[in-house]
Amino acid sequence: MTADFLQPGRSAGLLRRIYRRSPPAIIGGGLLVVLAFAAVAAPWLTPYAPETMDFNAPLAGPSASHPFGTDNFGRDVLSRVLHGYRVSLAVAIGSVAMALVVAIPLGLVAGYYQRWLDNVIMRPMDVIMAFPAIVLVVAMAGFFGQGLVLMMLALAIVYVPIIVRVMRGAALGVAGELFVEGARARGASDLRIMVRHVLPNAITPVFVQASVLMGIAILLEAALSFIGLGVEPPTPSLGLMLAEGRSFMGRAPWLVIAPGLAIVLAVLGFNLLGNGLPALYGPRRGR
Amino acid sequence: MPLTQFVVRRLILLLPVLVGMSIVVFLLMRLVPGDPASVILGLRATPQGLAVIRDQLGLDLPITQQYLHWVGNLLQGDLGQDYRSNIPVTTLLADRLPVTVELTLLALVLALIIAIPLGVRAGVRQRGLADKGAMTLGLLGISIPDFWLGIMLILALSLGLGLFPSSGFVPISDGLFANLRSLFLPALTLAIGLSAVLVRVTRAAVAEVQERDFVRFLHAKGLRQRAIVYRHVLRNAGIPIITVIGLQFGYLLGGAVIVEEVFSLPGVGRLIVSSTLERNYPVVQAGMLVIALMFILVNLVTDILYAVLNPKIRDAYR
Repeated sequence: MTADFLQPGRSAGLLRRIYRRSPPAIIGGGLLVVLAFAAVAAPWLTPYAPETMDFNAPLAGPSASHPFGTDNFGRDVLSRVLHGYRVSLAVAIGSVAMALVVAIPLGLVAGYYQRWLDNVIMRPMDVIMAFPAIVLVVAMAGFFGQGLVLMMLALAIVYVPIIVRVMRGAALGVAGELFVEGARARGASDLRIMVRHVLPNAITPVFVQASVLMGIAILLEAALSFIGLGVEPPTPSLGLMLAEGRSFMGRAPWLVIAPGLAIVLAVLGFNLLGNGLPALYGPRRGR
Repeated sequence: MPLTQFVVRRLILLLPVLVGMSIVVFLLMRLVPGDPASVILGLRATPQGLAVIRDQLGLDLPITQQYLHWVGNLLQGDLGQDYRSNIPVTTLLADRLPVTVELTLLALVLALIIAIPLGVRAGVRQRGLADKGAMTLGLLGISIPDFWLGIMLILALSLGLGLFPSSGFVPISDGLFANLRSLFLPALTLAIGLSAVLVRVTRAAVAEVQERDFVRFLHAKGLRQRAIVYRHVLRNAGIPIITVIGLQFGYLLGGAVIVEEVFSLPGVGRLIVSSTLERNYPVVQAGMLVIALMFILVNLVTDILYAVLNPKIRDAYR
């Protein structure tokens, strides 16, 4: 949308304009781009593979060759953190994407048709939301087993009601607008109205929520792996690294500091992006 | 609508959620790959042994009958038995629950001590120093994983300065001071995440009330700033703050699961995790039910409190 108003070949101008409207969106988004690049390019950024052990240098402190030190097996912590980001980001994107695919149609239908359909869709959502997310995810991991895909699925199940609620609330507001009535008067079908008129005008809060949920997914993945119900060793996961590093943290604090800070940075990125998004869409509000 | 009527309606609305909750917990158990009988007996199970256990647990009955049987027991306070030790699950929970309750309450108190004064100051004078502190806490507090924060606190305050024990729980019967000392770090860990949310809400609520006419009037009347803020503004800003505390209680309970693990506290959360790891399903089920029930009860109390403070809300449940 915004691109239509720009002169061609002025992408720096676009970034600057976004920054002026919403500094947090650019800072958060930029942080995430850097982290995602580091995760994808991990094999070329560090000379060590995440599983390569070096028994001559266990628990070595930060140095030029190992910027974040090594763990008890002499594995390079920086390389493991970067590879850990791959797991974190995969879980974040996978779980939220799965939840969006299910939740957007449900919320749209509930908010547009209202009445009994609304109740049929929303009451089961209330039930799922009666459990704290982490408790539900822990239980599902126990009942259905572990692994990357199962974890994404468990998180997606927890996320669906949250996104449905946001989508429904926004759709509810838009469904009463004059332009929706106008479309109906022109004889547009319900499906067309929902997809062409309600959805585009109600999607912003869903994107904001999705961004925050991706951050929470990173926290939950790390928490699950930390307590032994998530990714299994030797896969480098930030939560798993924290759990393993705990036993040595008196002698080698970098083992718990590096992966923890890595989690904070990623979650911060998603939260900043989520905070900044509303200012980018819609009319500019006075502060 | 009178208050009692509101409470009754609110309780009736709770029933379907409770039924749905019990169905979710029950189905989780039945959807497990392999049946509970083979989990109890393990790899060396004989077909005869499996048949006996299935009969004992009523696993051959139709699923609706199994559910009704399970709910019937539940209502009589029978949550089943630990697969390993055969101890009734209710006994296990009775041991663990006080630790979790004390931890979460302590965390709530700490969060209020951190968030309310900071949020009030930030809301009264926006863009001031307190405001910057509040915004930083608000953003960092929700971005830092609680288990990592716990580890960092152990690293700095227990291993580094030796101020607090790094793990373990001292019951109240061994002295209140030792008890509080053993719970301080875990409670602080939980409190920082919660105060991040509270500080934002307090700031916004106070800033909003601050703009109203009656505050300007009080200023004109010559009341001191302190008195206006704490006696009048905060009281009017209280409703959203209380609502958020209720909603965030679920966060505290969930956080307790992980934080109890980090600090080796014998609470319900740690019970759920260890039982999950050893596939001890009746205990996991009971733990989930108890935590969800606590969450629902707190939200109920919040709603009632809200209705007491603001009568308009009662009409929403007509």
